[in-house]
Amino acid sequence: MNKLSNQRAWWLVVPVVILVAFNALIPLMTVVNYSVQETFGNNQFFWHGVGWFEQVLKSERFHASLLRQLAFTAMILLIEVPLGIAVALCMPRKGPWVSVCLVLMALPLLIPWNVVGAMWNIFALPDIGLLGKMINSLGIDYNFTQQPVAAWATTVLMDVWHWTSLVVLLTYAGLCSIPDAYYQAARIDGASGWAVFRFIQLPKLNRVLTIAILLRFMDSFMIYTEPFVLTGGGPGNTTTFLSIDLVKIALGQFDLGPAAAMSLIYFMVVLLVCWIFYTAMMRNEGQS
Amino acid sequence: MNRSAKWLVPTFYILFLMLPIYWLVSMSFKTTNEILGVFSLWPQEFTLENYRKIFTDPTWYNGYINSLIYVVINTVISVAVALPAAYAFSRYRFLGDKHLFFWLLTNRMAPPAVFALPFFQLYSATGLFDTHIAVALAHCLFNIPLAVWILEGFMSGVPKELDETAYLDGYSFWRFFIRIFIPTIAAGIGVAMFFCFMYSWVELLLAKTLTSVNAKPIAATMTRTASTSGYELGLLAAAGTLTIIPGAFVIYFVRNYIARGFALGRV
Repeated sequence: MNKLSNQRAWWLVVPVVILVAFNALIPLMTVVNYSVQETFGNNQFFWHGVGWFEQVLKSERFHASLLRQLAFTAMILLIEVPLGIAVALCMPRKGPWVSVCLVLMALPLLIPWNVVGAMWNIFALPDIGLLGKMINSLGIDYNFTQQPVAAWATTVLMDVWHWTSLVVLLTYAGLCSIPDAYYQAARIDGASGWAVFRFIQLPKLNRVLTIAILLRFMDSFMIYTEPFVLTGGGPGNTTTFLSIDLVKIALGQFDLGPAAAMSLIYFMVVLLVCWIFYTAMMRNEGQS
Repeated sequence: MNRSAKWLVPTFYILFLMLPIYWLVSMSFKTTNEILGVFSLWPQEFTLENYRKIFTDPTWYNGYINSLIYVVINTVISVAVALPAAYAFSRYRFLGDKHLFFWLLTNRMAPPAVFALPFFQLYSATGLFDTHIAVALAHCLFNIPLAVWILEGFMSGVPKELDETAYLDGYSFWRFFIRIFIPTIAAGIGVAMFFCFMYSWVELLLAKTLTSVNAKPIAATMTRTASTSGYELGLLAAAGTLTIIPGAFVIYFVRNYIARGFALGRV
């Protein structure tokens, strides 16, 4: 759409800018402030330059949690996106079951995150949980509070449970917007099911899938509450993702400098990836 | 895939979604002894004791009221300020519009863990600490950008001729905006409110950091119980079950818009 050029439109944006700036700029500057200073208590601060940034970038602890975070995000994206597409493709398009499906599927999205963690905790505990009991009765030794592999599997499964519905709903919305004429044309050409998916549905889903992947990337990269309640970052440090590590340093040990430097690096990583996605998305939009 | 077997996939998926929820609900009707002592698929000694405790103890039910208050305030503020902004983004070109839009989105990407400590200091300094308004404002950080994004999508779907005709008919901007434009995109507003409600209701880290007693959300009350009294799992399960209900209500009301809304209006 060609838009009118109108500088007065700024007035319509001003309330949003003020509110978000109050919430974003002041805290962000506080973080920047801490990241370049050293303190010995008593509210006395000294200039420390980029020392904290060097320390964080070189620390093995940061490397380890960043690596865990990347592995986790990659795993959930690889599971949730194909699974979400598959479920959406199989959902009915009309009839009374559509509403039932949508409401039931959206339910996990509206459960507070710590309740999700607590729910999976009591669901997966080997002594009182349904899942834990079931797996153990199959003869597999499973205890997510002690085995790193089991803890990982449970955390990933929990995230799949929690967020696949978002991908399903987005994809379903995308599928519903494809006109029937496309399918009729495909039927006349005698296209196979795979060909319909590959050449009609997938191109049309391009945009919603970008949104889905972008949202899932952002949210999984910031994940804190659910694994914190489920495993507490353990056993050991095996499920300590970036946010959990950050809160441990900032609020647990109260190392403000390193925590602030880590925050900024963390934020930069998210920003970089999102900028790449956003640019790609806008370019796609320009083409179509 | 075979057409007749198609319904199996969503069915199994929904079954998988319902299992942990079932376990939570069934546990909320069990006594602590039963939870820890015997393993049973459904409550053997059905009890409402856990729910009675929540509805009679003010620290519990106030948690729900607090959560609902700040979620509603946040939803109203977010959508109210996002409406004109989204209109500006969808209709006009102005200096720095693209950068501003991306900057707004970056706030949706900021990990709450980064902001927890500075938020605590900021809201303590402004004297808003432990008020509902503090949490509502803090949640604006990620809800306003999201609301702008969703509403912009819906507004771009409305043909520009609508605005032009109205202006030709002598409508002033605000009269047109409130009388004609807002009813036109009512579905979009519903979807934006749904998303704001959802993200404000489920967020815990900031809500917990910014409150201590007066505005403490239910989720934080739950974490406290989990850590201090150790094994009151039935009570925890009952509180968890109750937190699902507002969400279920909201989904039920917007069920017809969900599919469209999740595509953010512009597929």
